[in-house]
Amino acid sequence: MKAIVSVVGKDRKGIIAEVCSLLAENGVNILDISQTVMQDFFTMIMLIDTEGCELPFAELGDRLTAKGEDMALKIRIQREDIFNAMHRV
Amino acid sequence: MINRSDILSTIDMIDNQHLDIRTVTMGISLADCADPDIHRCAEKIYDKITKKAENLVKTGCEIEREFGIPIVNKRISVTPVSLVAAACESEDYTPLAKALDRAAKTCGVNFIGGFSALVQKGFTESDRRLIASIPAALAETDFLCASVNVASTRAGIHMDAVRLMGDIIKQTAELTKDSGGMGCAKLVVFANAVEDNPFMAGAFHGVGEPECVINVGVSGPGVVCHALQSCKGKPFDVVAETVKKTAFKITRMGQLVAQEASKRLNVPFGIVDLSLAPTPAVGDSVARILEEMGLEVCGTHGTTAALALLNDAVKKGGVMASNHVGGLSGAFIPVSEDEGMIAAAKSGALHLDKLEAMTCVCSVGLDMIAIPGDTPASTIAAIIADEAAIGVTNNKTTAVRVIPAPGKQLGDEIEFGGLLGSAPVMPVHPFSSEAFIARGGRIPAPLNSLKN
Repeated sequence: MKAIVSVVGKDRKGIIAEVCSLLAENGVNILDISQTVMQDFFTMIMLIDTEGCELPFAELGDRLTAKGEDMALKIRIQREDIFNAMHRV
Repeated sequence: MINRSDILSTIDMIDNQHLDIRTVTMGISLADCADPDIHRCAEKIYDKITKKAENLVKTGCEIEREFGIPIVNKRISVTPVSLVAAACESEDYTPLAKALDRAAKTCGVNFIGGFSALVQKGFTESDRRLIASIPAALAETDFLCASVNVASTRAGIHMDAVRLMGDIIKQTAELTKDSGGMGCAKLVVFANAVEDNPFMAGAFHGVGEPECVINVGVSGPGVVCHALQSCKGKPFDVVAETVKKTAFKITRMGQLVAQEASKRLNVPFGIVDLSLAPTPAVGDSVARILEEMGLEVCGTHGTTAALALLNDAVKKGGVMASNHVGGLSGAFIPVSEDEGMIAAAKSGALHLDKLEAMTCVCSVGLDMIAIPGDTPASTIAAIIADEAAIGVTNNKTTAVRVIPAPGKQLGDEIEFGGLLGSAPVMPVHPFSSEAFIARGGRIPAPLNSLKN
């Protein structure tokens, strides 16, 4: 299943490394990354594939949310379908 | 990958503009639950609902989690109980009401609709018994909603039913006076009721519906209001276009959730209801959209035109985004459930007469309006008759959900809490409609009912 991981919050060192490690540890493949920092505000959007992920989708979501709380960031995972439905005809 | 700004805009809609799926409603036919013994009938109803809707809430929560979109309510609608109970050899239908309430609690839904009767042309014995049971049924349950259809474009207005409902609303308020007349918030009187409405309190599972069905109601007044902030001062063509585009996006999301729920529950998808349903939360108000168009306060001159544009544009945008559109589909204007409406009513800008005019151009009727507790039953019946006339003549659904708040006067306020919000008591005309309502009979169907 393809999903979008979004990471939003104050910039600091190692955000990408930590989020990517968490995903890799759980067998998630990253297909695309786009990231910017505007006035100390960090935004990263990742397209991932959960095909090889051993965890149920909800559990992966919980771990990402917890990681976000540790790093004072908002991290969420949503199935790609919702964005396709809303923004593509 | 999808454009990053599109992704961020969706996330912003969910986080800051109250975008959500307002309800996933499972319609369940109870036609096979009829039984001469009312307790046996109640048992069959409970068993059927709890079996069919066993996974409704769980599935709703899973979808919510995977798509990251809140599904605020999971609900159930059932076949009008007056049809199911017709075989019962019992005068009082309260045991059925309690069975429905118990089933709702077991399934974990927050409302169950269908304690209903369709009497636009006349009463069956069962219709009479059901309507007489409404006050006690609503007083003795928590999650049950009742509705009565008293008029249709094809049948005209059944004025005996209109008169009766004036009395029933008063009795319901009296029996639930400890909670400010809360029972009346769960009772709707309809003209041209629709069979696939997913929204409460008026949802029921119509006779033309399948065994079981999933209907979805979308929302998003906050998203529309936010979108309009970017076209300040621009002509109405731009306003209409902006609303259409926004409604399209919202509805596509509703369609996706509806299909997903239908697939996972193995229940056919019915319709998406394209309604803008407000909540009492700041930033989730239909009134504020009208004000964003340039009105100082909702209720002033221009409000009806603004609402007409909004209602039409929502439908035009939404209809392309879903393969089956139905239910009420349009803008809702419940006073107590809309932060901007509450403010407008309190400021004295919004009156019952203006609300009545607004119901001519939107999808519902006089909704969640508190009126003085000493309002005569005949005045309430006359309010219902006026709304029914608007619905019948204009070929649209209208409804009345008023709360004659016991012991409350003008200037008082009643608090329902949660999604039902709070309502300032609004004035009604002090002049009598008694002799008008006493006539009874039927107002014939209008000429425009003869379409064949």
